[in-house]
Amino acid sequence: MNLRRIGISLIAPAIGLFVSLAATAVILTVIGANVSTVFASMWNYGTSPRAMSLMLNLATVYFLSALAVSIGLKMNLFNIGVNGQYVLGSLAGAVVASNLTLPKAASVTVTIIAAMFVGAVWAGISAWLKVARGVSEVISTIMLNFIAIGIISYIIVRTSIGTETSLNIRGTKPIPETGMLRGSAFIDPGTPIYGFFFISIIIGVGYWLLLNRTRFGFDLRATGKSATAARTSGVQSNRMIYVTMLLSGAVAGLVGLPYLLGDTGSYTLQFPTDWGFIGIAIALLGRNNPLGIALGAILWAFLDISSGQLVLEGVPREISTIMQGLIVIVVVISYEVVRRYQVKSEQTNVAKALAKQEASV
Amino acid sequence: MSQSSLAVELNGIWKRFPGVIANSDINLKVASGTVHAIVGENGAGKSTLMKILYGMQKADEGTISINGTNLVFNSPSDAIDAGIGMVHQHFMLADNFTVLENIVLGSEPKNGIRLDFARARKQIADIAAENGLAIDPDILVSELGVGDRQRIEILKVLYRGAKILILDEPTAVLVPHEVDELFNTLRDLKKEGLTVIFISHKLDEVLSIADEITVIRQGTTVGSVNPHTQNVSARDLAEMMVGNELPTPEAVGDTIKEEVVLKVENLSVFAKGGKAIVDDISFQIRAGEIVGIAGVEGNGQAEILDALMGIESATGRVQFKDEDITNKSTRHRRELGIGFIPEDRQRQALMLEAPLWENRMLGHQTRTPNAKGIWLTPRSAKADTKRIVAEYDVRTPSIDVLASALSGGNQQKLIVGREMSGEPKLLIAAHPTRGVDVGAQAAIWDHIRDARQAGLAVLLVSADLDELIGLSDNIKVLLRGKFVADADPATVTPQELGTAMTGAGEAA
Repeated sequence: MNLRRIGISLIAPAIGLFVSLAATAVILTVIGANVSTVFASMWNYGTSPRAMSLMLNLATVYFLSALAVSIGLKMNLFNIGVNGQYVLGSLAGAVVASNLTLPKAASVTVTIIAAMFVGAVWAGISAWLKVARGVSEVISTIMLNFIAIGIISYIIVRTSIGTETSLNIRGTKPIPETGMLRGSAFIDPGTPIYGFFFISIIIGVGYWLLLNRTRFGFDLRATGKSATAARTSGVQSNRMIYVTMLLSGAVAGLVGLPYLLGDTGSYTLQFPTDWGFIGIAIALLGRNNPLGIALGAILWAFLDISSGQLVLEGVPREISTIMQGLIVIVVVISYEVVRRYQVKSEQTNVAKALAKQEASV
Repeated sequence: MSQSSLAVELNGIWKRFPGVIANSDINLKVASGTVHAIVGENGAGKSTLMKILYGMQKADEGTISINGTNLVFNSPSDAIDAGIGMVHQHFMLADNFTVLENIVLGSEPKNGIRLDFARARKQIADIAAENGLAIDPDILVSELGVGDRQRIEILKVLYRGAKILILDEPTAVLVPHEVDELFNTLRDLKKEGLTVIFISHKLDEVLSIADEITVIRQGTTVGSVNPHTQNVSARDLAEMMVGNELPTPEAVGDTIKEEVVLKVENLSVFAKGGKAIVDDISFQIRAGEIVGIAGVEGNGQAEILDALMGIESATGRVQFKDEDITNKSTRHRRELGIGFIPEDRQRQALMLEAPLWENRMLGHQTRTPNAKGIWLTPRSAKADTKRIVAEYDVRTPSIDVLASALSGGNQQKLIVGREMSGEPKLLIAAHPTRGVDVGAQAAIWDHIRDARQAGLAVLLVSADLDELIGLSDNIKVLLRGKFVADADPATVTPQELGTAMTGAGEAA
């Protein structure tokens, strides 16, 4: 029965991938490109050592972002505010790390705590608004995204925290090398894999344990499955909203760190600000399951990285964005279809099994 | 009543679902211009039969004839064309529409492309006047109570030209005076020559309104009686429904101990508008004692139970043994050893899309065998789920199936088994045997009795008066949120209890 369930849960992403490939092929044909050449070129580049290193690095970021979203989704809480939480978290991390003169392990740990704390506080505002004032977290988190970006611009442009970095971009002062986590280049000699790649694996395992093996995780999942039943079972919904939102925000605070500590070493005005939304898409793809999210993050990163190749083939790189969009839509729809089929087929199977038992008695 | 014209005739209806036979050889004759009741236990096949008659499902075999013509229904719209209308148990109304808009919704009278509300208004006024269904067409549905909403549902089907009305458990949601009003409406409809098919398992009501009663048991029609000419009692009907002598729970000896387990003082629960749903009630339960609450559904039972579990906010004082738990959380109360079988099992007691063993943890997720410290212990939880499945005869091929795959009765058995686990000191139970078959019912009663012997205190709410009388040591009658009478289960009859519940007379 469990093998069957796993099989069924793989159907949806498989359909999503197939349909989006097929649709992309149609689009490519319509704009007059050679489908097989384009796909082959994307594949060839995407599987080169350098591209694979870049892909794993990007996937690390996406994975953390999707985990942050997933924690909320498990209890039907939509944290759309990962963007705001991680940019503030990254800024806090950059400021703290650049002022530390500690051994690497201690420095990185303090940086992580600072980023998680700020992310959690920012998400906590939405939790408070929801519990105390009944404001939907969808609205408050998305609004707080804009506020976060505004605050950051102010801090970097107007306060002494911001300085001129290279190329005339303002940002935080550079983090000393002891505070960085650059990782090691074990796939492509020129491109290190972020040290955060391994930290994110640990966080993924922790997420799974927390959700599936702890009382708190049970309360969280129960709330998502039936809020009324969870309440009757003794779960305090307001407390759950706080804890879940704070956790989600804490993980969101980490999203920018792989890039910050593995690459830039400074939070500048050019720091990406839309990884949170990508996290939502990947959380949907991975169905809030850490393994699924990891695969989704790698796929997404592959499409991002290899899209550069499209331009060389004379095709607009937005094709890969179209593919990403198609995958999400098709997968979400097929998950729902599969879920309904599963519930129904299980009812039928149980009825059949019982009828057989009765007949053999 | 002449038997010559039959509004509905069903012959040899069979309906099989994979692994289940929902209807087998159903034969039904409904005379035109009568109220015909169909009674049967939960899961006896009433709903399937009505879905077939209303075109929502197709019979595998058998014929349907309406007013003497054989018809085949492929969808509800075929049934509506044939003059059949269905009033569902759960109302299907748009709250933010007016009564008028709700009635015409889906079959709007048009004047070219414009809605012709004037014509609709006149038509509805005519129908309402003919059938005594007075209602203001311009009021918002959200402002109306349950009884009025039901009247709108009836108007809706009449507006669509129905001559045969199917009412699915129409009284389940009504308070007694609303039931009386509904029955007056049904009598008016009958006078207008309409035919009413009335599905219910409330036998007293059926006896008071129906001209003919057909009993369904295990998917097949087992007989029809005419309450006007034959002398039938509710008990006779009940025995036809279950197929043999009813098992009666027998109270065994006096097990009541000194210790007071639950003491409730001046408990009140208020609705949003400030109306008291539970109105200043006080009672206590000793160890080994079962206190039953009798009352028509919707008189405050669910609110009392939720308040005792700390789910609903209430005023007053609740004491468990020596501890004042008035302001304690639901979890704290559960950890003290209070088991809870809520009224609405699918909403309050189950995660439908989770396996049985996870459902076994629900409400007990902080205690052995489900958890140790902050960690869950799935292995021992699974083992204990297997024990419940065996002891409570939960029919399932495995403990890994989703709760939604089980029938209602088996879900209930799992819930009862779960709440009786871990040696509770107090069990708060609403309809503990609702929907379970007769054999399992007796087994659940035995489990409760054994636990009582060992000192379990029980607060029992049940719509099954025989169950209440048979199990309880004390019965309190609840009417509009107040205890209006006490009854001694040793001497009271279901009839007397029923009378007290409606506030019609003094209790025994």
